[in-house]
Amino acid sequence: MGELRLMKGNEVIAEAAIRCGCDAYFGYPITPQSEVMETLMALRPWEGSGMVVLQAESEIASIHMVYGAAGSGKRVMTSSSSPGISLMAEGISYMAGAELPCVIVNVQRGGPGLGTIQPSQADYNQATKGGGHGDYSLLVLAPASVQEMHDFVVLGFELAFKYRNPVMILADGVVGQMMEKVELIDQRPRWTNEQIAEISGSWAATGKTANRKKHIITSLEMDSSIMEANNLRLQAKYAQMSKEDVRYETIECEDAEYIIVAFGSAARICQKTVQIARSKGVKVGLIRPITLLPFPEKIIAEYATKVKGFLCVEFNAGQMVNDIRLAVNGKTKVEYFGRMGGIVPNPNEVEAALEQKLIGG
Amino acid sequence: MPELAQKIRDIIKPENIVYAKSPLMNDDVMHYCPGCSHGVVHRLIGEVIEEMGIQDQTIGVSPVGCAVFAYKYIDIDWHEAAHGRAPAVATGIKRVMPEKYVFSYQGDGDLAAIGTAETFHAVNRGENIVMIFINNAIYGMTGGQMAPTTLVGQVTSTTPYGRNVDLNGYPLRITELLAQLPGAAYVTRQSVQNAAAVRKTKKAIRKAFEIQAMKKGTAFVEVVSTCSSGWKLSPVDSNKWMEENMFPQYPLGDLKDGTRADANDYSIKG
Repeated sequence: MGELRLMKGNEVIAEAAIRCGCDAYFGYPITPQSEVMETLMALRPWEGSGMVVLQAESEIASIHMVYGAAGSGKRVMTSSSSPGISLMAEGISYMAGAELPCVIVNVQRGGPGLGTIQPSQADYNQATKGGGHGDYSLLVLAPASVQEMHDFVVLGFELAFKYRNPVMILADGVVGQMMEKVELIDQRPRWTNEQIAEISGSWAATGKTANRKKHIITSLEMDSSIMEANNLRLQAKYAQMSKEDVRYETIECEDAEYIIVAFGSAARICQKTVQIARSKGVKVGLIRPITLLPFPEKIIAEYATKVKGFLCVEFNAGQMVNDIRLAVNGKTKVEYFGRMGGIVPNPNEVEAALEQKLIGG
Repeated sequence: MPELAQKIRDIIKPENIVYAKSPLMNDDVMHYCPGCSHGVVHRLIGEVIEEMGIQDQTIGVSPVGCAVFAYKYIDIDWHEAAHGRAPAVATGIKRVMPEKYVFSYQGDGDLAAIGTAETFHAVNRGENIVMIFINNAIYGMTGGQMAPTTLVGQVTSTTPYGRNVDLNGYPLRITELLAQLPGAAYVTRQSVQNAAAVRKTKKAIRKAFEIQAMKKGTAFVEVVSTCSSGWKLSPVDSNKWMEENMFPQYPLGDLKDGTRADANDYSIKG
């Protein structure tokens, strides 16, 4: 068993980054995730694992530093919160276009605009439907616990390199700020130059040696037929993600008449709602999408023919509910319940919504 | 004109060769317009990298603008940046591979308008990179719009009646500002309109790469350049216009030649 600690979600992002052998972090302070860079700076990993940590002048600079550093084939990451992620949208699109791996953490706050620093899940659409320009997709992981904040940094890098694609950890102010017990992985060394050459030697821009052609990290292509082929290659990659890397959790769904679908902190609240409903004799289950992209549409489609209805619970105006409706495809009722502006609903509120919108409705 | 063709063939003989193209320069036909300075500066960078023997250790960062395709012409590894972000991209590359040579190559819109923040902060951090700045006072790639360095009265497609200070503000002497930053080691302004100027610019680029090797701070080379197409002048007239109008506003020479500042001069006391 690894080392056990009581830690804040944001702190564990930093700890997991160092321990998994991340090469560099570039970031800019923003609430509610500033502890990520603060923890990194306090731990001084450049003296230990050799990890680079740099505070940039903006989120725009942060993501473009990530873009540059990722071109070396090394493991690079950044973290931010909603308004900062909007500024990063440009660089994220470039990285997806140039097929570079990286991990981006978004500890969401309420919006739009400057919004609030309180928890929210209002960036679901931004994360899963684009955010930046062009036909690209991220791979989006939604942690619901401090342990998953840790685990998804490690998993995020694995997936980023499997697909040569940016991976986003879409957290929220609750998992970022709360403290829980977490089991940490043991310190792993950063990749050596030889390992990097083996993993990324076919594309990384590390200096052109005599035995190979020059490597160009770019998303630019003026020849439309090549550009379409590039796009098709990206789409094939996204299709592979849907085939191989959909992740979700089901809780008490086997005999369920109604299913709640919720991700991240909302799913933690809904776990309690399931208990409350079941104590009243109502058979309720919970599906928690762990990958928001690729979305676990198959499992939802499977249950669509078995249950009387779905309730989507999210801290936003109803964003994931549209993906559920697509998966359900009219086969059963799909309702939404959520709060906005940084208000986190309690389990009884959700149970009341379930009664009112699905069971009684 | 068969006689002329024969004359040229008579001239092209090994004993007459006074200049050979650097093997680092690819055979691709450049997309630059006749009279443009970019091609000359590309060649100088290629020659410096070749002469220093650092082809396998150099990563170039190309911009958005006319030099967006710079990566096609010099046979090194490249990283194509978003508009204005080249100094941030170069920072990322250099920080994870501090043993490599990294240079950015940007035009005036890229470096001094949309990327001003990235430019300033890269230099202020004293990033050990080379920054090449092509200042031709106009946006070439998008069709001749006003640049931050466009001169007052200069006609562009977005200042059809000439740059007007009340409307458009002043030409930005960004190189003078950068020379004030403690992270800058070497800041110089050069040009490539004749053989003597080309030689001086090559020396400056070489020096900038050597400063990078010594980790003395940021080395910044501005090249005051021509844009015949944007200026709607012949290549010869462009050179003349540049000398008459650009040089008084952007005087040539070294603005800083040393090393980044001593941290003690900026530290809290006690």
